[in-house]
Amino acid sequence: MSSSTLQKRRSQLTKGRLPGYAVWVVLGAAVVLAAAVSALVGFNVFAWAVLAAVFFVLGATLVTAAAEGSRKAADSLMTYLVYGSFVIALLPLLSVIWTVLERGLPGLSYDFLFTSMNGVTGAVDNASVENGTPVLGGAYHAIVGTLQITFWATLVSVPIGLLAAVYLVEYGKGGALDRAITFFVDVMTGIPSIVAGLFAAALFALVFGPGTRTGFVASVALSVLMIPVVVRSTEEMLRIVPNELREASYALGVRKWRTILKVVVPTAISGIASGVTLAIARVVGETAPILVTAGFASSINLNVFQGWMSTLPTFIYYQILTPTSPTNIDPSTQRAWAAALILIIMVMLLNVVARLIARAFAPRTSR
Amino acid sequence: MSTTTLTRSDPAGRSGDRVFSAAALGAGVLILAVLFGVALFLILQALPVAGADPAEITGGEGFAAYIFPIVVGTVIAAAIALLLATPLGIGVALFISHYAPRRLAMTFGYVVDLLAAIPSVVYGAWGYAVLAPRLATGYGWLAENLGWIPIFAGPASQTGKTILTAGIVLAVMVLPIITSLSREIFLQTPTLHEEAALAMGATRLEMIRMAVLPFARNGIISAAMLGLGRALGETMAVALVLSGGALTASLIQSGNQTIAAEIALNFPEAFGLRLSELIAAGLVLFVITLVVNIIARWIIGRHKEFSGAN
Amino acid sequence: MSKRIDVKDLNVYYSKFLAVENVNISIEARSVTAFIGPSGCGKSTFLRTLNRMHEVIPGARVEGEVLLDGDDLYDSAVDPVTVRGQIGMVFQRPNPFPTMSIRDNVLAGVKLNNKRISRSDADDLVEKSLSGANLWNEVKDRLGRPGSGLSGGQQQRLCIARAIAVSPQVILMDEPCSALDPISTLAIEDLINELKADYTVVIVTHNMQQAARVSDRTAFFNIAGTGMPGNLIEYADTTTIFNNPVQKSTEDYVSGRFG
Repeated sequence: MSSSTLQKRRSQLTKGRLPGYAVWVVLGAAVVLAAAVSALVGFNVFAWAVLAAVFFVLGATLVTAAAEGSRKAADSLMTYLVYGSFVIALLPLLSVIWTVLERGLPGLSYDFLFTSMNGVTGAVDNASVENGTPVLGGAYHAIVGTLQITFWATLVSVPIGLLAAVYLVEYGKGGALDRAITFFVDVMTGIPSIVAGLFAAALFALVFGPGTRTGFVASVALSVLMIPVVVRSTEEMLRIVPNELREASYALGVRKWRTILKVVVPTAISGIASGVTLAIARVVGETAPILVTAGFASSINLNVFQGWMSTLPTFIYYQILTPTSPTNIDPSTQRAWAAALILIIMVMLLNVVARLIARAFAPRTSR
Repeated sequence: MSTTTLTRSDPAGRSGDRVFSAAALGAGVLILAVLFGVALFLILQALPVAGADPAEITGGEGFAAYIFPIVVGTVIAAAIALLLATPLGIGVALFISHYAPRRLAMTFGYVVDLLAAIPSVVYGAWGYAVLAPRLATGYGWLAENLGWIPIFAGPASQTGKTILTAGIVLAVMVLPIITSLSREIFLQTPTLHEEAALAMGATRLEMIRMAVLPFARNGIISAAMLGLGRALGETMAVALVLSGGALTASLIQSGNQTIAAEIALNFPEAFGLRLSELIAAGLVLFVITLVVNIIARWIIGRHKEFSGAN
Repeated sequence: MSKRIDVKDLNVYYSKFLAVENVNISIEARSVTAFIGPSGCGKSTFLRTLNRMHEVIPGARVEGEVLLDGDDLYDSAVDPVTVRGQIGMVFQRPNPFPTMSIRDNVLAGVKLNNKRISRSDADDLVEKSLSGANLWNEVKDRLGRPGSGLSGGQQQRLCIARAIAVSPQVILMDEPCSALDPISTLAIEDLINELKADYTVVIVTHNMQQAARVSDRTAFFNIAGTGMPGNLIEYADTTTIFNNPVQKSTEDYVSGRFG
């Protein structure tokens, strides 16, 4: 009793707990064991990492079970699984971004950005591979097509989406029609993008004759995908505008439509703008609806109402699936990854812009 | 009847109200019309298939025999995706809502949301160029050692472009959907319930099983359903990653096909009856996803009613 | 400026539910009238029917007449928007428009209605209204700053300035001080005293001392029980209501025995 004050007494509360270093011991053992096992079947970093993770989780759980009991063991097993699932979720993200950067950067150049595929044939690609000269041809036509089709899709869907959201929030009284619109907007967010493409194709085929494929048909298809996103986000933003502001405006003898346009919408504008930007980001990368509505082009088309058109996603798709030169596919692959890089940069920029808008113009609410 | 200051009013303002509310209502109705239009135009364009001679349909045995294998293929691919993504998505959602350090949780949430921002064609290209070749080795091993199980029957595909690879790519694509929805619901768990469980001496796992999961069950189911809807309709990942073919039980051989990929691969060159066939296939896909989404929304609706009481 | 209000046999409904029953009251021009009563007795609901603001709430409707200097607000030819231009309202929580500057908040009633106004007229109107709301000296150097940057009491006076900028006949106030601290409350009460020189003021308040301090006449509303409609119990000079009420329930309420 007297001398035990010098010795560090183990607290009653930490009794039966594993010391902190135990986890590291198990981890080290798991890594070594995994190296040994994977060496037996032919060494490979991936197999080693997977085995080490499995051994660690099993080992640590068993050690915990032995020292601290099954309840603690189950708890720590769950902790490892939850952390592990996050790591696993990161792997494809990192791999995709790494792949696109690694394979896309070499093909990215001024010429790639500002020339089209007009006149670039299999023979041209074969020549550049054989002579070791730079790959010719670029994605200019596809970039232009992407911008045009997205612009028209935005022009169609934003007014419709905004007005529909205004109807739901400001005019809806919770009747059958309102509930139907809310419900079907939700359902519409789940329409497969290719079905939206088929719808636009079928619509224009009935009106303008079969085989009508133009950029605008693609814009209509994208609008079908964009409208529900715009409605949802706008609706959410309008609903958080305090009712007091509407009442203040009404009490000044201001009409409802002016109240909506000049008080409600301006208060929510940052959220609405960021929602619209996210909707654009969502459709800019769509491929399937473009395939069935806009056809494919290798030269620049500035008219969305006439003639076939390419976008970045369809450009990537066709460069991979049907390389320009079937014997030398490397130039096509390089172009595809460079285009993928541009596309990802576009989408990420839109996402960042959306966040910036949301933050910079966040409604200056009172207090 | 005194005409006074009260009965004076500018007619322009009044009609402004009428025009604006009519426009808003019109936009709402237009959305309904578009959805019904989708169904209607697809039906109209698909009609020739109904009257066609079965021998003229691709495969020569009528539309049912044509559509059946690709419906099954679609379901297989989506099922693989869901089987992989649901547990993983719940794990990631729990990590962000209950395990990760609070200050980093938001950032981790953004990172996972980035998965949703990557365009599907890029996933397709990645699956085609990076994932499939890597998995081919693993498929060889599976065929050698587990080949007696029908789904792993050999010979394994040398390129790795199989329905299993497509399913894995789809899983990556639906993961952010499942994660973000479940995360939101986990975060809504009443703190009182969580604290009650912890105060009883429950471990974190026991607290999650007692308070979080029962509360979130409906939400998880509907998140998985929405993920399923996305996986069923996703086109590019499958079109690029799978080298399709006839229906086979083995997941590691080339073969099988999904509706969406079938349409994307064949539509650009299709005309006449083939076009109608593909549109009819699209209609089938539309109906399947519609049903899945309606069920998911219905479950979410019920969840709202229940959680409202808390 | 300033008109009287006569209410005859007014019933207010929320869908089928009768919220306020059979109110008859005459509110004098250029006076301050206070509505007091326990929570849920319908005094705020009734106040809203005086400028048809209750119509913003789905399902709310009235039976009876509300006469503004003899003209019925509920005549079928009357546009509610015109009514609100003549009978302004100030709310429980100060609600300046967050997207507008102080100046634009004052001019909101004019600008939102797209009326043309010259720059000098606008300047005059802003100064006049803000002075009328005892706020001019505090904000004259920062008219371009957002209204939401002001203190709660200043915001509420900004809302009063905004209401008087459209030159109404009557100003309705729905518990205008309940979200404010005592000092801001005093400023608003002083302002109410000044406003009655030009306007008819009707104020709903939970605070009986406030009613006693600011009003000339007081109306006591009560409710027989939950699910029952609210009634006007007694309406008289404020001194009478507080010192010598006729009804037992009024006496119980003003002496603090319930509510």
